[in-house]
Amino acid sequence: METIQSIRPLLAVLVSLVTAFLILALDKKPNVRDTVSFVAAIIKFSIVASMAPTILSGGTIELNLFTILPGIEFKFKVDALGMVFATISSFLWVFASVYSVGYMRSAHEKSQTRFFACFATSLSAAVGGAFSANLFTLIIFYEVLSLVTYPLVYHKETEEAWEGSKKYIVYLVGTSKVFLLLGVVLTYYLAGTLDFMPKGLLANVSASPLLLTIVYFSYLMGFAKAGIMPFHAWLPAAMVAPTPVSALLHAVAVVKMGVFCVLRVVLNVFGQDLLGSLDLGIVTAYIASFTIIMASIYALTTDNLKTRLAYSTVSQLSYVVLGVVLLNPVASIGGIVHIASHAFSKITLFFCAGAIYCSAHKTLISELSGIGKKLPWTMTAFFLGSLSMIGVPPAAGFISKWYIAVGSIEAKEIFFLIVVLVSALLNAGYFLPITYKAFFEKENNHSHHPPDKNFQGLDSGHHEDVKEIPMVAIPLFITGIISIIMGMYPDYFVQLAKVALGIPH
Amino acid sequence: MVDILNNYPILTLVTFLPLAGAIILLFMKDDNAIRWTALCFTVADFVISIPIVCFFDTSTHRMQFPERYPWIPSWNINYAMGVDGISVLFVFLTALLGWICVLASWTAIEKKVKEFMIAILVMQTAMIGVFCALDFFLFYIYWEAMLIPMYLIIGVWGGERRVYAAFKFFLYTLAGSVLLLIGILVLYFAGGKTFDILALMNQRYPFAIQFWVFLAFFIAFAIKVPMFPFHTWLPDAHVEAPTAGSILLAGILLKMGTYGFLRFSLPMLPEASHYFTMPILLLSLISIIYGGYLALAQEDLKKLVAYSSVSHMGFVTLGLFVYNTNGLEGGILQMLNHGITTSALFLCVGVIYERTHTREISAYGGLAKVAPIYTTFLAIFTLSSMAIPGTNSFIGELLILVGAFGYNKIIAALSIIGAGLGAAYLLGMYKRVAIGKVNEHVKEAWDINAREIVAMAALVIFVIWIGLYPKPFLNILHASSEHLLQQLAIR
Repeated sequence: METIQSIRPLLAVLVSLVTAFLILALDKKPNVRDTVSFVAAIIKFSIVASMAPTILSGGTIELNLFTILPGIEFKFKVDALGMVFATISSFLWVFASVYSVGYMRSAHEKSQTRFFACFATSLSAAVGGAFSANLFTLIIFYEVLSLVTYPLVYHKETEEAWEGSKKYIVYLVGTSKVFLLLGVVLTYYLAGTLDFMPKGLLANVSASPLLLTIVYFSYLMGFAKAGIMPFHAWLPAAMVAPTPVSALLHAVAVVKMGVFCVLRVVLNVFGQDLLGSLDLGIVTAYIASFTIIMASIYALTTDNLKTRLAYSTVSQLSYVVLGVVLLNPVASIGGIVHIASHAFSKITLFFCAGAIYCSAHKTLISELSGIGKKLPWTMTAFFLGSLSMIGVPPAAGFISKWYIAVGSIEAKEIFFLIVVLVSALLNAGYFLPITYKAFFEKENNHSHHPPDKNFQGLDSGHHEDVKEIPMVAIPLFITGIISIIMGMYPDYFVQLAKVALGIPH
Repeated sequence: MVDILNNYPILTLVTFLPLAGAIILLFMKDDNAIRWTALCFTVADFVISIPIVCFFDTSTHRMQFPERYPWIPSWNINYAMGVDGISVLFVFLTALLGWICVLASWTAIEKKVKEFMIAILVMQTAMIGVFCALDFFLFYIYWEAMLIPMYLIIGVWGGERRVYAAFKFFLYTLAGSVLLLIGILVLYFAGGKTFDILALMNQRYPFAIQFWVFLAFFIAFAIKVPMFPFHTWLPDAHVEAPTAGSILLAGILLKMGTYGFLRFSLPMLPEASHYFTMPILLLSLISIIYGGYLALAQEDLKKLVAYSSVSHMGFVTLGLFVYNTNGLEGGILQMLNHGITTSALFLCVGVIYERTHTREISAYGGLAKVAPIYTTFLAIFTLSSMAIPGTNSFIGELLILVGAFGYNKIIAALSIIGAGLGAAYLLGMYKRVAIGKVNEHVKEAWDINAREIVAMAALVIFVIWIGLYPKPFLNILHASSEHLLQQLAIR
C-alpha cells in the first residue's frame, strides 16, 4: 500500500471549475464556449485516468489542503471507491458535453451560457466528492452539487420548472440541513474525527447501539440524493430540467453522489462489521428492496418517458445500496459495479429520450409508435440500454445483478434474490414495450397528444421531418455500445470494487 | 514590537480615536468632506486594531495591553483597560464594521450628515470601550454611552415608524441598564467595595446573592441578545433603523448581551449559572425555533434577517451554557460569525432598498439578471447564514452542536430543527429576490458600485477564511475560554 502525495486530485476538481468561469467569459462566442467544455472534459478525464494505475494496484493518492478543526481537514484522498465514481462522471462528461451542444442548439434553449457554466461546476463538485478524504470535505461538495444543479432544474423558467425545482432544492437541502447535520455532529462528537477509514471510523468507538442507530439513519435520510424511499420524490420532479441534465446529472453525477455517500457511510464510516453487529444491514436491505419494487411499479404506470426513466433510476440506485448492505463481499462487488453499469445504461436511455424530444418533439411513450424507422440509431441504442438495465447477459447490468444475486444466496437471504429477479421482470415490463412500439407498431397519425407546448424549437410536430441529429445521435450510440461491452470486459470496475472492499486478488 | 505595544496605551488609542474624529467633525461644514473625514478615522481605527490581534499572545488567558490609572480613588474607581482572547475578537469586529458603516451610509444618509457621522463615531468609541473596560464603573459608562447615539440613529434617520421603534428600543435597553446597575452595585458591596472586574471574579459570593444578581444580569443581557421572550424590540428597531444602524445593532450590540454572560455572569456567578442552566437552554431552544419560524413568515426583507438573528443568537447562548470546550468556543466564534454575516446581509438589504425604496420581498425578483455582482455577494452571505459547510457559520454551528450533544442530547437534537428552518427561509428569500422573473420595480439594470463592492468583499474574506481556516481565530479565544471553564468548574 503506497500513499502518494499529489496535486492531481485538486487539478481534476479545478479543471471544470475554471472551465465554468471561461464559459461565463465566452458568453458572446457560443462556438468557442462549447469547444472549451469539450476540451475540458477530455483534460479532466485524462487527469482522473492518470491516477487509475496507482489505485488499481492498491495505492492511494492524497492531498491535504488545510486543517479546519482538530480531526477535520479539507483533504483529498483518492481511493478505489472514489475512483469508480470519478471515472464514470468524468468519462461520461466527454459524451455529455457533445450531446448537450447538439441538444441545446437544436432545441433552441435560452440561457445556454448559464447552463454550461453550472454544468461544468457540478462536475467539479461530483469529482470533488469522489476524492474527499473525510465527511467534512464530502458534504461541502455534496451541498455545492445541490446548489449548482438548482439553476439547471429551473432552467426553462416555466411554472412547471419552478414547481419542480422547488421540490428539488427543498428535498436535497432540507434533508442535508436537518438529518445530515445531525449525523455529522454526532459522528464528530463520538469519534472526534471525520476521516474515512478502511474498516469504518466508528468501528472502535464505544457508544450505545441506539445512538449508533440514530446516527446511521440520519445519514440514510440525510443523503436524499440516493433516492431511497421515502426521500425519492425530488428525482421525478427534477425531470423538468433539459434532458442533458437529466442524463448526466440525474442519472450519473447527482444520484451517484447520493449512493456514493451511502456507500462511504456503510464502508468507511460504520464499516460492514459494525453494521452487521447492529443488525442495520438487513434493515437497510429491506428498505432498499421496498424501493426497488415500488419504484419499478411506479415506472410501469407512467406514460411520460422521462418520468419512467426517473423512477427506474430510483429503483436501480437501491440496487447499489442493496448490494453493499447485504454485507457480503460478492454482493458488495455487485453493488459497486452497478454504479458504473447503471451510469452507462441510464445515460444512454436519457440521451435517447432527449433525442426523441429534439427530433420528434415527443415526450410520451404512447406517441412513440413507429418512431424506430425515423430514428433507427437512437432506438437501437435505447434497446441496448434497456437490455443492460434489465440485466440480460452479456450486458453491463447483467454482471452487477449477477454478483448481487450470488451474494444474496451466499448470505442465505433468498428473499433478496427474489427481489432482484422480480425487479428484472418489472424492468423488462416497462422497458421492452417502448422498443416494441418504436419498431413494430404502425405510426399513429391521429395522435391525441399535441406536440409539447413548452418546446421552443422548430414548430414541426410531424414525423415527416423527423431525422437523426448527428451531434446527439453519435454520443448516445457510443454509450449504448459501451453499456454492452462493459458487460464483457468488466475487469476495471470489478478490480476497483475488490480494492475498495479490501478483497485480496 | 510586542513590548512597544504593551508600553503604549494602544487600547485607549483604538477606543478614543473615533471620538477624536467626532470632535473634529463638529467644526466641519461640507458634507463630502465630513464623509471622507469619518472614513479616514474609522479606517485608521481599523488599521490600529490589526496589531492588537496580530500581536495578541495566544498562550495566556491574562488581560493583555493593560492600562490602569486611578480615576476616582475615594470610590476605588480606576480607568482600567485590557483585552483577553474573548474581547479582542470583538474589538477587531467593531473596528472592521466601523468603516463599513460609514461606507454604507455614504449616499443613503442625505440629511444631517454631520450629526449622523458623529453619532456613528461616538457609538464606535462606546462599543470598543465596552469590550476593553476592566472596571465595572467604566464599563457601565461605555454601556450607557451607546444608548443615546443609537437612539438618535434610529429615531432621526430611521424609517416611517422611527419614533415608535426608537422609543421601544430605548425603554427595553434602559430597563436592562437599570437592572445591570443594581447588579453591579450589589457586587460592589458584596465583593469588598471594588469595581475591579478581575478582582470581583476572584471573590466568592453566597448563593442568595448570586441568585438575584444572576437574574438581574440575565434580564439585562437577554434583552440585548435578544432571547425569547425579550426579543420584541429587535424587529422594530431593525426595520426602522438606517442600514448603518442595523449593521451596528446586529453586528455589535447583540454581541454585548452574550459578552456580558461571558465576562460577568459565568465567571462571577458560577453556582447561579449552573442553577439556571436548564431554563436558559430551553429559552435558547425556543429562540432558535421560534425565531426561525417567525422568519419564515416575513414578507419584509429586513424583518426576515432580524428574526433570523433571534434564531442564530439562540445557537450562541446554547453553546455558551453547555459548559464544555466545544460549546464555548463554538459560541464565541459564532458571535463573531454572526456579526460578520448578518451585518453583510443588512448591507445587502440596504443596497437594494436605496435603489428600489421598498423592502417587500414580493417587489423583487430576477435580480440575478439585472445585478449579477450584487446577487453573487447575496448568495455567499445567504449560504453563510444557512451555515453551509465551507462558510464561517458552519464551523461555529458544528462546534456548538457537538458541545450541546455533550450536555443534553435532546435539546441538541431539537435545535437542529432551527437549522432546517434556516435553510428554508433563507433559500426561499434568495429564490424570490434573486431568481425568477424580473420584477417591474427592479427592471432598470443596475449593479453595485466600487464603494459597495469594497465593503462587501471585506466581509466575504472573513466568511471564507473562518469557514476554511478557523484555526487563528480559535487559537486566540482558546486560552481564555479554557480559563473560563476552570472558573466555572471550581467551587
